[in-house]
Amino acid sequence: MAAAQDLQVQKKREVEKKEETTIPARVFLPNADIYETPNELKVVLEMPGIEKNNVEINVEDDILSIQGRLDLSKYAGLQPLYTEYNVGYYARSFQLSSKIDQNKIGAEMKDGVLSLTLPKAEEAKPRTIQVK
Amino acid sequence: MVTVFADPFDALFNLQRALEARIESDWLQDQTGGQGPFPPINVFQQGDDIVAVIELPGVDRKDLQIEAKENMIRIAGKKAVDLPAGISVHRRERTFGEFDRTLSLPIQFDPDGIKAEYQDGILALFLPRSERDKPRTIKIG
Repeated sequence: MAAAQDLQVQKKREVEKKEETTIPARVFLPNADIYETPNELKVVLEMPGIEKNNVEINVEDDILSIQGRLDLSKYAGLQPLYTEYNVGYYARSFQLSSKIDQNKIGAEMKDGVLSLTLPKAEEAKPRTIQVK
Repeated sequence: MVTVFADPFDALFNLQRALEARIESDWLQDQTGGQGPFPPINVFQQGDDIVAVIELPGVDRKDLQIEAKENMIRIAGKKAVDLPAGISVHRRERTFGEFDRTLSLPIQFDPDGIKAEYQDGILALFLPRSERDKPRTIKIG
């Protein structure tokens, strides 16, 4: 376990894609933590400002893709005086191994943090082998 | 003397973070800086009033402390990333720790009228300009 750090602002990394997007906003990569328990893989993504209903999670051809759409209407009528960060959409995708039971992926959103639970397929779970 | 490292990786990770912070510096780039004290704050004007929008994903509202005085506002708290025990970590990008930041604004605001909202990891502070600070129209007699 790493010790607590002096909290610094993390630079938002912008998504670099071959195709250009047609949305009127920038697209950033959400910061992610990925960890594994004996039964599941957890993916935790930070997407501040994204509402639960504006998150889209797709699994197609073993690619898990997450998109968070920002409701820019909240900023209507606000004149920026001083800014330290940019806002935009969030998007990131991950290649899943076939060990994941893709039908049972769970998602939960709290305080701008999306937690995805990817249960391992039965055959991928660790098992104890008895020596006879 | 024997130097004991609690966790030798800590020292390495700290060095790596410091180096990455240097490399990723926004120096001379035409975009909003990604450096500086946490949490990042955007300040907007709405009519006479000020709205401060602060990105704090994953912070429990119980861990947030907001204080206001005249033209200063202080935001303090801690950002925790709790990973359960007995796991193997593949990727770790989210930061955690304590923060304490004071923002001073060029206007006086009414401390009783301040409203704070925390939703979807965004803290919005509505800072109404105090009546005595507002400009007055003077009629020529």
